[in-house]
Amino acid sequence: MMISTRILPLPLALLAGTASLSAADAASIEQLQLELQRQHQNHQRQIEALENRIDALQSTDSDSSDSVDSRRPTDPIRLRRGNIYMDIGLVGTLAAGGSTAGDIEGELQVGGHDPNQRGFTLQSLEANFAGAVDPYFRGNANLAFAIDSGGESFIEIEEAWLETFSLPANLQLRAGQYLTEFGRINTQHLHSWAFVDAPIVNARLLGPDGLRNPGVRLSWLAPTPFYSELFLGIQNSHGETAASFRSEGGHHHGDEDEADEPPFAFRHAENDRGFRHLDDLLFSPRYALSFDIGDEQVLLIGASAAFGPNSSGEAGDTVTRIYGADVTWKWKPVDHSGGFPFVALQTEALLRRYEAGAFDWDENGDGLVDDGDIEDLDTGAPALLDGERLTDYGFYTQLLYGFRRGWVAGLRFDYADGDRADYERRNLAFNGEELGRDPARASRWRLSPNLTWYPTEFSKLRLQYNYDDRRGIGTDHSVWLQMEFVLGAHAAHTF
Amino acid sequence: MINRPLLLILALGIGSPITAAADLRVVTTLPDLATVARAVGGGHIEVTSLARSTEDPHHVDARPSFIRELNRADILIHGGAELEIGWLPPLVRNARNANILNGRDGNIDASDGLTLLDVPTGPIDRSMGDVHPGGNPHYLLDPLNAKALANALAERFARLDPSNASSYQSNSKKFGDAITARLEEWTRILEPHRDTRVISYHKSHDYFLERFELKSAGTIETKPGIEPSPAHITRLIESLRPAKVRLVLMEPFRSPRTPAYVAEALNASLLALPLFPGSTHPAETYLEWMDHLVTETDRALKAP
Repeated sequence: MMISTRILPLPLALLAGTASLSAADAASIEQLQLELQRQHQNHQRQIEALENRIDALQSTDSDSSDSVDSRRPTDPIRLRRGNIYMDIGLVGTLAAGGSTAGDIEGELQVGGHDPNQRGFTLQSLEANFAGAVDPYFRGNANLAFAIDSGGESFIEIEEAWLETFSLPANLQLRAGQYLTEFGRINTQHLHSWAFVDAPIVNARLLGPDGLRNPGVRLSWLAPTPFYSELFLGIQNSHGETAASFRSEGGHHHGDEDEADEPPFAFRHAENDRGFRHLDDLLFSPRYALSFDIGDEQVLLIGASAAFGPNSSGEAGDTVTRIYGADVTWKWKPVDHSGGFPFVALQTEALLRRYEAGAFDWDENGDGLVDDGDIEDLDTGAPALLDGERLTDYGFYTQLLYGFRRGWVAGLRFDYADGDRADYERRNLAFNGEELGRDPARASRWRLSPNLTWYPTEFSKLRLQYNYDDRRGIGTDHSVWLQMEFVLGAHAAHTF
Repeated sequence: MINRPLLLILALGIGSPITAAADLRVVTTLPDLATVARAVGGGHIEVTSLARSTEDPHHVDARPSFIRELNRADILIHGGAELEIGWLPPLVRNARNANILNGRDGNIDASDGLTLLDVPTGPIDRSMGDVHPGGNPHYLLDPLNAKALANALAERFARLDPSNASSYQSNSKKFGDAITARLEEWTRILEPHRDTRVISYHKSHDYFLERFELKSAGTIETKPGIEPSPAHITRLIESLRPAKVRLVLMEPFRSPRTPAYVAEALNASLLALPLFPGSTHPAETYLEWMDHLVTETDRALKAP
């Protein structure tokens, strides 16, 4: 309506400006006027209809960006934060390279997801699912797929837990399968590591796949002016992922022919005493505190321990105690760009006291050395080993320098050793070969420089050289190229 | 074994004064949010910003000390629009503070109710770079967005601390009026440069350009968060030559090498425009910061 009245005077004015008007003219002018009015009303209605349609389209448009219901079954599934209930991520890690060593899997490379052969290794394909369960809990699961050197695929449930959002008194409870809160590396997944492989001391003392098991973890954020947090974990103490505890030793994926190697501490650890009382669980306390040093530096210090039974020997009363200390320091200038440059130093030291139980290799009591038995060369009979306490220790130190955007140079030094035990001084033989130092406890060190390029946060390319020196075996050189991709949700970085 | 150091820590903690006498303890993720919160809260609130004014807000370290800050907060103000997604979520999760969880009154998404630029309309994926599905998160570079945020904050502060409600309302009004008054002046200053063509390194300053009617002629980055290759730079310069670009904007934390090269080739001025208040002096207010942005831009555009 508004439009018609505004526009009409113009043609009228034009008409009025012409010569004198006859009656017929006046009639036709009136007709014209009516015609124009009708047309404008039509236009007006059309415009209104169009406007309504635009409004309708716009409102459905904004609806569709907010709700998941507008999805058609044939649409590809797109993950987008904010309108789905779960973050799904997939991280693929592939390594390629080689080593002068012939015993790569489980020997040179002690970590369960380390490169395990000359050529290519699929270190891990990890699926992560995470999200809020309800207003009270958050859920998280990490499933890792990998392929061992024999080409066999395997799946691990690395983590599967729920965690409280807001318990009173600054407490937080986590329950399920989780990585034991011990030091730094143990709670991180492969893709967060700054090196291709696991530190030697972690793989030796906490296990090739790290220490993790079902259980609960209570943590308390202390009301101190600085950050300080106390953790107490209680988990099952048995299984492959509790290598120093009620486990048959650090089994390695693909190590089916373990019979070639003498077992850890030269005795079986198959005497799983089961769960009879609370002492048979794995207890892991940790205390961590952190300070900001000015605007550019952060220091994080932690002390961890893990206590639990082991299944060594025959008496069934042996225990393992592991202690750890860690220091992390990071410098990042206040005007960094994209997180670069930075310098980060991380060190962990571990000590394990492992009670090895007394063990008699003459398991069938015939006094004869059977196949696979360890023989006492002094008596010619199956070995009879006393119970004793084994002490192992080691540390790693890694220094990272992010020298320009996307580029990080790293250097790591690894060292692990064990005090020579009585059983290693004995005159023993296995499969006809004389035994000396236990290869799983002998002194070794490794130096690993590497260079990592992150094209974006979702991919990386890493080249690493390892110089290995193992007592009794010698030195080895290895070069590994690691490639990684992240699809879907990328978990935020924790410190 | 654990108890002794713990007791010591506790003793230390209890012995030192943790809380100053503020009615609301506010933690913001970014320094610009903090200045608006300060303007509204005045002496009734204590404000801490997690990110520093000079750092790249996309890549802030998730320092453990932030967990403790968030643990004590009554209110968390974050930018929404996924700017802090790489570091904030685990901090909030571990803070054990029900006040600041999603959906609570103490969790304020500052982008709520604002119209963001660059909200992707079609399907997106990561081959397009770091595209924020929620839109361009640098919205406080438009003073009118700051004014709107001040209103929203006053309302929320009042709800959580009703005893000071009138103070929050009057502060917010004062801030809004000051913005309106200054905006006239800022617009007058930049008026002569209207429709001047400007390029920026990242889409950090688009809201500022839009408000003051400067024309954004593109970015130096190929895609958000992806560093440009030399070949791209050469092509970019060739394509922009006819556009008569007068100004190249960058954030102060970036290396000036590439932007300086582009500016030189296009015969344009190069200006490092602070992304957050507080980079010229620590107590800089929102208005001082915007003053700075406007005068610096004017100065750079007047340069021969």
